[in-house]
Amino acid sequence: MKTHVLRPLILAIVLVSCHLLFRHFYVPDDFGVNGKNFTFGFYRAGSIDDWKAIPVKYKGKELCAECHEEQYESNMASKHSIIQCENCHGPAMDHAETEEPLTIDKSRGLCLRCHAALPYPGSQRSELPAIDPEEHNVGMECAECHNPHKPSLEDM
Amino acid sequence: MSVSRRDLLKKTLVGSAAAALPLDAFKFLSPEQAKAALAESPHRWGFLVDTTKCVGCGFCVKACKKENDVPYDEPITRTWVERYVITNDGEALVDSPHGGRDGFTEKKVMEHDVDPESIAKAFFVPKLCNQCKSPACVQVCPVGATYQTPDGVVLIDRSWCIGCGYCVMACPYGVRFFHPVHKVAEKCTFCYHRISKGLKTACVDNCSFGARQLCDLKDHNDPYTKVIMTQRVAVLKDEYGTKPQVFYIGLDKEVR
Repeated sequence: MKTHVLRPLILAIVLVSCHLLFRHFYVPDDFGVNGKNFTFGFYRAGSIDDWKAIPVKYKGKELCAECHEEQYESNMASKHSIIQCENCHGPAMDHAETEEPLTIDKSRGLCLRCHAALPYPGSQRSELPAIDPEEHNVGMECAECHNPHKPSLEDM
Repeated sequence: MSVSRRDLLKKTLVGSAAAALPLDAFKFLSPEQAKAALAESPHRWGFLVDTTKCVGCGFCVKACKKENDVPYDEPITRTWVERYVITNDGEALVDSPHGGRDGFTEKKVMEHDVDPESIAKAFFVPKLCNQCKSPACVQVCPVGATYQTPDGVVLIDRSWCIGCGYCVMACPYGVRFFHPVHKVAEKCTFCYHRISKGLKTACVDNCSFGARQLCDLKDHNDPYTKVIMTQRVAVLKDEYGTKPQVFYIGLDKEVR
């Protein structure tokens, strides 16, 4: 074969082999059609386990009840029983093991998320007990008068 | 060399049949691949949003951002709550300050004072990834970094995503964004780390009013799957053909 054919041919073969070699080492073994088809299921299978391995931060009310029984009982007897402890106390993360104190959000803004009056017909928002934040004890924290665990003033 | 007409026709037929065989027919699947191709997951995760129950407290958005390490003060979020205020003259005012992260505490909508007397209807609509059956975002990924799990959740492989942003553009619902820390595309995962452990998603667990519910669409005894099967529900942007799996109660024509 003439050299002017042979040289580019060898170059092409070398380039293709380099590409295949790189690909062989770079692409993980579990990469491929793992799902139902190529369009939606072409991925690295190990990626699913990566997502599963992420730690859970919000642990739920039942975990809180295991140690803080008194607060749990008093809260469950009030209208605020539907609220998760972690909405105000912050995500538990590994609090149960380390007992690292959680930062409690006692701000007025937190209560106003539900209790700032909005006149919205057709939304459950207008059915909640509500105040006008610009008139109702401006500048005070709600927790100064209301117990967040059982907020009704009659129960106190 | 002589060829009979019969032989010629026979060889042509065999030859064209062989040429039509796809290369895939000769591909050997590893045992894992074959298993994955045949095995069906026992779950298909779906979601039910009851907009009539949502009060716009935004605890779902707060919980989602903290649970999933989405930078808290950046203008990005995996889920958000929209407020719709529709006036008597049919004008629709829509807003979602910080994605509803701090709730809706102001009567002003988009800096507009709204006269309570002029409000015909007003409501809140939580939004999240629809975990579509035919996800447009997955189809456009050039590297196979986003995919649908066997139980129907669309995930992103953070180690494989090149950050090209095609999926962000392709999603008709605008649920994808660029993660400023990981430098890859990011979206709601239905809290895959939670649902795969038998928990509910962070937004469902932290919704006090039951406006958000996770359900297993393959389990016909699931109470919320029953609601989807037996009651009037709607999906967002049905016309895009993405077959969204987040179902809504109480949608209005203004909601897109």
